[in-house]
Amino acid sequence: MKSYMKATVAVLAAAVMTLSACGRGNDAASSGDGGKSNLDIALVSKGFQHQFWQAVKAGAEEKAKELGVTMTFDGPASETEVDSQLQMLQAAIERKPDAIGYAALDPEACVPLLDQAKQGDIPVVEFDAGCNSKVPVTICKTDSKTAGALAAEHMAQLINKKGKVAIVGHSQINSTGVERRDGFIEKMKKDYPDIQIVDIQYGDGDHLKSADIAKAQLAAHPDLAGLYGTNEGSAIGIVNAVNELGLQPGKLTVVGFDSGQAQIDAIKSGVMAGAITQDPMGIGRCTIDSAVKAVKGESMDDVQDTGSFWYDKSNVDSSDIKPKLYQ
Amino acid sequence: MTTQRAEDLADAGTQSAPGESVAAEAARSGRFAALGQGLQQVLAFGTLIALIIVFTIASPKFLTITNLSSILLSTAVIGILAVGTTFVIITGGIDLSLGTAMTLCSVVTGLLLTDAGLPLPLGVLGGIAMGALIGLINGFNVAVLGLPPFIATLSMMLVAQGLALVLSGVKPIYFTTVDGFSKIALGEIIPKVPNAVLVLFGLAILAGIILRKTILGRMTYAIGSNEEATRLSGINTRRWVLAIYTLAGVATGVAGVVLAARLNSAQPQLGVGYELQAIAAVIIGGTSLLGGRGSILGTVIGALIMSVLINGLRILAIQTEWQTVVVGLVVLVAVFADNLRKRRAEGGGHR
Repeated sequence: MKSYMKATVAVLAAAVMTLSACGRGNDAASSGDGGKSNLDIALVSKGFQHQFWQAVKAGAEEKAKELGVTMTFDGPASETEVDSQLQMLQAAIERKPDAIGYAALDPEACVPLLDQAKQGDIPVVEFDAGCNSKVPVTICKTDSKTAGALAAEHMAQLINKKGKVAIVGHSQINSTGVERRDGFIEKMKKDYPDIQIVDIQYGDGDHLKSADIAKAQLAAHPDLAGLYGTNEGSAIGIVNAVNELGLQPGKLTVVGFDSGQAQIDAIKSGVMAGAITQDPMGIGRCTIDSAVKAVKGESMDDVQDTGSFWYDKSNVDSSDIKPKLYQ
Repeated sequence: MTTQRAEDLADAGTQSAPGESVAAEAARSGRFAALGQGLQQVLAFGTLIALIIVFTIASPKFLTITNLSSILLSTAVIGILAVGTTFVIITGGIDLSLGTAMTLCSVVTGLLLTDAGLPLPLGVLGGIAMGALIGLINGFNVAVLGLPPFIATLSMMLVAQGLALVLSGVKPIYFTTVDGFSKIALGEIIPKVPNAVLVLFGLAILAGIILRKTILGRMTYAIGSNEEATRLSGINTRRWVLAIYTLAGVATGVAGVVLAARLNSAQPQLGVGYELQAIAAVIIGGTSLLGGRGSILGTVIGALIMSVLINGLRILAIQTEWQTVVVGLVVLVAVFADNLRKRRAEGGGHR
């Protein structure tokens, strides 16, 4: 019975390989054995337009150059396009690279495809956001819950540990959106009972939508002490709202996430108190490094936290923070 | 030549040219449509007032000067897109490229004002011209190549999205060095009324005049009512469709500039989905997706209904997921009302 299944799998795998070889004739020669010197690594990202993903890509390219491997970097146009991202992952699997680096837009939809990668003997490492699958050997990411808690800690100190706070989120589905929110809420509940989270709404990271959301929240709660934006678009939306309403800088404590020129400007001008940044280039480097280790069969930690960092007026130009700010 | 002829027809002169009866017919059906639209506008306006009353009762925070000002500002970009695309929808067409074309226009304005260092008015005109060019290409694909508007503008949606990314180098373009640019959207010539809102209303009045009082407007209705008959009456419908899409493109360009001014940056990844909101506003405002009927006033009211609804739901802290459901249902009701009215109008014709 077991051998029968094995045979079926082998036939299927052979069929897939033949098909993919037919599709890309020039690859046919190199596919089939993992013993070539020049490793081919396919990264499928959650996006490529956002500066964050550009920084991940830059970090990955840097490491790839250093290790002498070739890599590709793909991602859908928007972070809501779960389906088109899965097609990119499918295409990557069919290409038969030596390893795949994957950042899941949806933690469930990717499960069958990763099983397929396993059947094709392609090791998978994840970055930024994981899939609910046992196939990937490691993940390089910012621990988003820790990062959210760090945002909450600074927010609490800045508003003297009491008052109303609202959140402009960027997604109620993808794991960074959920964990940055939950890490923030859990920290507040646990350590700051006098801080009340009065409203959470989601603007898809769209600057315009997030600005309109923040304005509605400020209209509904004129006594709001703080607003937390869970990514660049959300945070800049809040900054735009503050500017459009002509609020005095500092009346409302704005805590952001990620970076970018507008966010750095807002922090320098005092509209934003500070923000959490990650190390996207570090994520990119870690992903390529782990992919190469995975090909060699080296063991790694399940989760590799590349860290989260608070920055504000005082350290925005410091040598610690500056390389981690992506623009 | 043909333009002259069309003007003759529209003037409804005394000669009895073979095409005249068709043009007159189109004009008549336009007038009937205007009656139906009167009703729809009253209905839409009633809905708007009802929503405002409901939200005012539900929350004391809703009806404040600051919040009303926020609502108007949040209507501006979608409203401007909707006003332009009303023309396209009245011809029976659809424009899916609105959102990303708008983004491309803001990127072009950004490059002209920052990289090229052009003076402010030229950068703004450049963005609007980009919109006109996109509209012209859409019009060409629809009118001359005969592609279905859905497909022609779907491909333009992707092309514009890609170009916006390529031209911007996949990075936002900031206008921080361009003095006065954000004033286009956020300055207040009239206190508490952001300039973006004035742009919307100014453009809407202009569009209303074009649609109601000019031959371009009459041709828009005629093509939407019966393109075949309009063409058979000797009118060069291709040329008019080209003009109509270009006009809509100009509005897209204006929306791009206003969006960039409000954000004080051109965000190349923005824009997908804006076209659907604009189309929804047009439909809520009583313009028929089947073509031949619609009005600018309706569209403006439709856009206001959308933004009042979304703002009100946000103030009441209704979950984002449910907000989307409610907006979807409102669009459904609007389309249903349109169908109902159409069926009744047809039933009436049999008397």
